[in-house]
Amino acid sequence: MDRCFADLERAGKKALCVYLCVGDPSLDESVALALAALDAGADMLELGVPFSDPTADGPVLAQASRRAIASGSTIERVVDAARDIRRQTNAPLVLFTYYNPVFVVGEARVASLAKDAGIDAMLVVDLPPEEASGLRNACAARGMGLLPLVTPTSDAARMEAILRLSVAPFGAPRGFVYAVSMTGVTGSSAADVAAMGRSAETIRAMFGMPVLVGFGIDGGESARGAAGPRGAGPDGVVVGTAVARRIEQGVSQDERVRLVRTFVQELRQALDA
Amino acid sequence: MLERVESLDRKGTFGRFGGRFVAETLVPALEELERAVAEVLPSQTFRRELSELFDNYVGRPTPLFEARRFARSVDPDGASIQTLWLKREDLCHTGAHKINNALGQVLLAKAMGKTRIIAETGAGQHGVATATAAALLGLPCDVYQGEVDMQRQAPNVARMELLGARVRPVRTGSRTLVDAMNEAMRDWVTNVRTTYYCVGSAAGPHPYPTLVATLQRVIGDEARAQCLARGTLPDVVVACVGGGSNAIGMWKAFLDDADVKLVGVEAAGRGLDTNEHAATIHRGRVGVLHGAKTYVLCDEFGQIVPTHSISAGLDYPGVGPEHAALRDSNRATYMAVTDDEALSAAHDMARTEGIIVALESAHALGAVAEIARRDALARGRPVRIAVCLSGRGDKDLSTLASHGRC
Repeated sequence: MDRCFADLERAGKKALCVYLCVGDPSLDESVALALAALDAGADMLELGVPFSDPTADGPVLAQASRRAIASGSTIERVVDAARDIRRQTNAPLVLFTYYNPVFVVGEARVASLAKDAGIDAMLVVDLPPEEASGLRNACAARGMGLLPLVTPTSDAARMEAILRLSVAPFGAPRGFVYAVSMTGVTGSSAADVAAMGRSAETIRAMFGMPVLVGFGIDGGESARGAAGPRGAGPDGVVVGTAVARRIEQGVSQDERVRLVRTFVQELRQALDA
Repeated sequence: MLERVESLDRKGTFGRFGGRFVAETLVPALEELERAVAEVLPSQTFRRELSELFDNYVGRPTPLFEARRFARSVDPDGASIQTLWLKREDLCHTGAHKINNALGQVLLAKAMGKTRIIAETGAGQHGVATATAAALLGLPCDVYQGEVDMQRQAPNVARMELLGARVRPVRTGSRTLVDAMNEAMRDWVTNVRTTYYCVGSAAGPHPYPTLVATLQRVIGDEARAQCLARGTLPDVVVACVGGGSNAIGMWKAFLDDADVKLVGVEAAGRGLDTNEHAATIHRGRVGVLHGAKTYVLCDEFGQIVPTHSISAGLDYPGVGPEHAALRDSNRATYMAVTDDEALSAAHDMARTEGIIVALESAHALGAVAEIARRDALARGRPVRIAVCLSGRGDKDLSTLASHGRC
């Protein structure tokens, strides 16, 4: 993952990270959708484990989660899908999840499975760093990162606390900071793009890590706005809800793959313009 | 009563349970709340104001009533029950213990400068209590309630609306309390700077379990003093447990009385051997839901499973973390009562004592005979039991009627 960011920086490009709720509408199709997204210009993927009670997600991703659970998606199957994807790409893969599936299946077990499948880092949306030492150590012991999140409610003192608590034991790869663009759930709109750019630079300086901005990016224009100009602002963007919407709209696998591919191309072009 | 705000110097853990498992956006809000709980609750101004409201608005202290005829109906020869006391939280303004907590939290929200209140509700009692407190203190209020619960608790929906609250129907998932709580958390994440989330049970992320228990402790403090005024402590203190706020409130005062047994009663729904129950402590596993590590009803992959109880207030797949710890330490024991047993107990209480109880409380009453039999056997004499009668049953009349119990 660190190499991917270094390559992007050399090329003067912003990173495009696509979030997929794995298992929506089926596990096999998620693999196809992931590969299509990478082929269309995504630099990295967040592979989402569906959860029955996703309190940080808006209605679109909550619905995607329900469809994925109905199709039999579990954390272990998401990891299996990641393994399939890894066989066909070197792109960084992040396992995105709520904490209960990790806790119930077992932190050490999940970290081992994820590492074996070729996952680079984990991001657990409802696990503040104060509660994360077990998983952080389990990830670090296997050479994986546990990505920190900062939000608009994180003041300077809180950011310092997040930084202090997020330091993984020696040797672990560092990944990126996920900067939530607004107080809200995924799929909300109208983020303050200018403020986001300023705060991304502060966060990067503080953490010494790339910063990706997520929440509220629904197309090329907002992706470009959120990413800001070359050499300034965040290092890239994460897009999830808008991708899930395309998946929801497609009536066949071919159509869904095509919709996702076209959308990711639009995002890529906007970021590179 | 509020001098003792417990566990605030820690991470809000009760043994291996509790803690704070929330989206990062909410962490600063919970830290702010934690500071307010530590500073505002023990202050003289706050205590005086809440105490005045408890006395003159809520109607505290609530009576401790001896239910002789009900006791004889479940224990005809008097072999098990010497005395059965009911702590009459149903006589609180708005008809349930929920008002103790809602008034305290909305008063705290006001002291914190928050300008909007949100809440979630299952049976509607917490929603009504929060809407009432918000009306009294002049704050706008939105209450999230699952559509299924809105249908089975229609009178409470009307009450909330009359009180000026907006009832926001939740149409996702099972359309019950768990979904209402998810939706309230989403609202809170979005509006966290101005909005206070009034949590209804002794559950959720730190400091809510401590805050709610501290505010509900008044139930047990009064009950204990009332028992002593009658000459003795009870042998057993019984309360129903969904999230567990009335039970924690009732028990706090008795925790150090080693000889007083604490029994919580969960909803066994259509039976513990079916998948249709809400008996989290009996059938749950350790997990993380709505911000706390506790027992939760989930599958081996960590997905929360659907629950069922005839009582909307108990129909929840989690339980407050302090209950999880009390179970682990064996300080409290837990039983489970089915829908049918609860309905029977509600019917019997109405016929023998002229008290129409909420179906939540009916679960506690449904376990009394068995609890008394076991404890009398252990102690070798009939026992004194105190039951927290957490709420009145007007809201459940249609459910009782539809099961032929009216």
